[in-house]
Amino acid sequence: MASSPFHSTADIKGATVLMVGAGGIGCELLKTLALSGFSDIHIIDMDTIEVSNLNRQFLFRQSHVGQSKAKVARDAVLKFRPNITITAYHANVKDPDFNVDFFKQFNVVLNGLDNLDARRHVNRLCLAADIPLVESGTTGSLYMSREKRSAMSVSLNQPRRPIPFALSQALHQRQLMLITLNLGSRYEAAGPWFVHCIVWAKDLLFAKLLGDKNQDNDLNVRSSDAASSSKNVEDVFERRRGEEIEQYGRKIFDHVFGYNIELALSNEETWKNRNRPKPIYSKDVLPKELALQNGNMDNNHASDDGLSVSAMASLGMKNPQDIWSVKENSTIFLEALKLFFTKREKEIGNLSFDKDDQLAVEFVTAAANIRAASFGIPLHNLFEAKGIAGNIVHAVATTNAAIAGLIVIEAIKVLRNDTKSYRMTYCLEHPSRNMLLMPVEPFEPNKSCYTPLSLEINTNRSKLKDLVEKIVKAKLGMNLPLIMNASSLLYEAGDVEDDMIAIYEANLEKVLAELPSPVTGGTMLTVEDYQQELKCNINIKHREEFDEEKEPDGMVLLGWTQPVPAAENKNQSVGNGASTSDATMAAAESEKDDDTGIVSPLKKRKLPDDSDISKSAVETKNHKQLQVIDDEDDLVVLEGNLDGFKKRRL
Amino acid sequence: MDVDGEELTAQETALYDRQIRVWGADAQRRLSKAHVLVYGMKGTVAEFCKNIVLAGVGSLTLVDDRVATEEAFSSNFLIPSDENVYGGKTVGQLCCDALKDFNPMVRVSVEKGDISSFDVEFFNKFDVVVVSCCSLSAKKLVNEKCRKLSKRVAFYTVDCRDSCGEIFADLQDYKYSKKKLDETIECHLQYPTFVEAISIPWKALHRRMSKLYFAMRVIEKYEESEGRSAGEVSIVDLPGILKLKKELCTAQSINESHVPDTLLERLVTNTSEFPPVCAIIGGILGQEVIKAISGKGDPLKNFFFFDAFDGKGIIEDISDSNAGR
Repeated sequence: MASSPFHSTADIKGATVLMVGAGGIGCELLKTLALSGFSDIHIIDMDTIEVSNLNRQFLFRQSHVGQSKAKVARDAVLKFRPNITITAYHANVKDPDFNVDFFKQFNVVLNGLDNLDARRHVNRLCLAADIPLVESGTTGSLYMSREKRSAMSVSLNQPRRPIPFALSQALHQRQLMLITLNLGSRYEAAGPWFVHCIVWAKDLLFAKLLGDKNQDNDLNVRSSDAASSSKNVEDVFERRRGEEIEQYGRKIFDHVFGYNIELALSNEETWKNRNRPKPIYSKDVLPKELALQNGNMDNNHASDDGLSVSAMASLGMKNPQDIWSVKENSTIFLEALKLFFTKREKEIGNLSFDKDDQLAVEFVTAAANIRAASFGIPLHNLFEAKGIAGNIVHAVATTNAAIAGLIVIEAIKVLRNDTKSYRMTYCLEHPSRNMLLMPVEPFEPNKSCYTPLSLEINTNRSKLKDLVEKIVKAKLGMNLPLIMNASSLLYEAGDVEDDMIAIYEANLEKVLAELPSPVTGGTMLTVEDYQQELKCNINIKHREEFDEEKEPDGMVLLGWTQPVPAAENKNQSVGNGASTSDATMAAAESEKDDDTGIVSPLKKRKLPDDSDISKSAVETKNHKQLQVIDDEDDLVVLEGNLDGFKKRRL
Repeated sequence: MDVDGEELTAQETALYDRQIRVWGADAQRRLSKAHVLVYGMKGTVAEFCKNIVLAGVGSLTLVDDRVATEEAFSSNFLIPSDENVYGGKTVGQLCCDALKDFNPMVRVSVEKGDISSFDVEFFNKFDVVVVSCCSLSAKKLVNEKCRKLSKRVAFYTVDCRDSCGEIFADLQDYKYSKKKLDETIECHLQYPTFVEAISIPWKALHRRMSKLYFAMRVIEKYEESEGRSAGEVSIVDLPGILKLKKELCTAQSINESHVPDTLLERLVTNTSEFPPVCAIIGGILGQEVIKAISGKGDPLKNFFFFDAFDGKGIIEDISDSNAGR
């Protein structure tokens, strides 16, 4: 009998589903669920609507900018399907309210998320609640949908390792693709190197000049190192009383693009086998008489709205797609700095980079380009620089629509408990054979997650705080961790009594060996997150020395197979000042094949062409060859450059 | 299309930021100058229209004179479900109202009439023509008219039946360039018309040709011979359809197993579209039209099939040069 197995039936009507994310995929998904007959849908999203969402998140209009995505999406869908129930939560899925019990009320959970952190969190809650999850993601014009039954493949007495599924790897892999494509398709050749310049301009220079003055900053340290005796140099970034803004700007310019480069050059060892950068001084690129006489600040009309002040506007430059010359970049650099100090003086000291802050983007673009010129790296236009600095993931409507369709098909299979038909579907931009949408069987659980964890760390030097931030949160992905040494509690996050807070705060600042219950080599720590219902043991191994460049965390976690994609998290990824200084920038060149944990994923990668990227979508470490499901006798086996992929793992 | 000299406005750059990062500013400029005609506003076409309106084409013209009924909005989210709103209006008008709202920079309008009655000159206004829920003769006719024009008008047909979908593309003589590593390669594709494609003997097609191709042709032929409109078949027609299939397979001398009875049964049992398939087919078609307009990326040649049953989305090249492969 071939009666349609898909059309709206009791299975669908009676189901309660949770959607996480009301963005690009979310809008499409909510619409398709409603059309397909789903009648009890819950949707969580913490974001509000932005103008750049409107090109694909079709449930939103200009007039909705600033409002909750989840709520506006709900209202829009109820207009064409008024008789269904949609419950919207304008909240973070990581809020403790969304606990295991919350998840247990659903028949299936559908992810439409843009970041790995939240994906991992939802995955764990689904595992804990034993609720099936359909995962998805897009990378520009590539897309895929996958279904994963969160069956308990782990016996009950065994502590559950984080994400006991190959999913974690595939997930990570896609995230990588996302990053690769993000940079790859449009920022080809010079990609990784220009990214360094952006990171330098954004996280070091911008932060130093306009952000919190008290934070540690490489720029500062270096200059004082050099002039070991004198204290004056340290004040270079401070604008002297009565100092002309123009003069101040040139002083900064000469210091960071001239003096600092000379300083770096003085260490001959560093440049033995590398191209030497060229110092750039303002007098070399700009006439003595200030170029800024052309600058006309009257072009900046909206003086009340800080975000609309623009150096491009005041210099009469319009097209963000133009690549500026070194001279133009220098002019923009000085003009932007001047505008910050004249039009937005109140914000100085509190600014952090925001991709929607035009002046900040202009400043970072110009600074990155001048630095790029100094290192002989091709310059980039503002549009591209903004994309890198803001970690902007490009996205289009067509891909989101198709992936939403694939998700709903998998969701219906889940409700039917049709486990044999579960598929992961990839869309290949360059189809091998003729398969544009390629379903494959879901991956097996990731066995490597079961290996015991151990942590090499200097227990006499590292603080508990370091371990919490760098390992428990950044690597294990825990949200509200609790840390125990045998039976004594060292730390607990979240809802804690007042008197305990003080004790935990104090513990965080202590080095491991000096904790009330000392952590030394051989200690077995228990780390747990109740919300995620995740628990693991970490075997501590004391180690005296760590390589600053290769092991910047000052600790190494072994047995953990899930790497952390730092790039998607702006603050973590590129905020690591140590890896972006002059010397390391050069040093990074020699470590392309190094597989150890340098934080920035942006620095080592030879970009494959698009077809390689697409192919890599169907490989995981565990699957050297993938069999494509086929109803006929012959199977198609995709071969890909596995080595190439491994190198891109972080 | 002439795209010289004109810059995108600041408003366009802000709205289209994320997609310009996918296909570039040049492609965006071409899109904003393209004119698209669609006929037959069912769920799949509604999805397609949403996608290209969001993408920012210059204009979109809708043709669908049917008066809206409850059936019309079963898989079409553009039609409000309130009878007080849709009552008495045509499907084309209702969809137009909804689409205008999606992107104020796109001119969306309605044209009345039967697609077969429009003259050649009418099609000259467009760069892309998409028809859906059309009889075999209407498809042939529109395709021929597009071919008669001196400029290239890309022609597509799209149809969903039950959980299956089909796209056909005729880009005529299509040249595009693509980047491979450092060099730019000029590519040239020759497309057959719809009639030319379906006239290729089944025997000459490769052995693993998508079964959906044959099944769609059988049903299309059945509707034509019985004088039905597209999609106007039901389970009671199954015996007649199976009989026709047998005849066609014999005439084309291919094994009947290439056109499974169960597949035909599925396609006629549930004639309403399955919304997830509409989203998938509408998404792929949107992508293809964007490619054809922008000249970026390898376009589909010349059929695409998707079946939610096995989840495969397959491209088939059914043209003379590929017959007998």
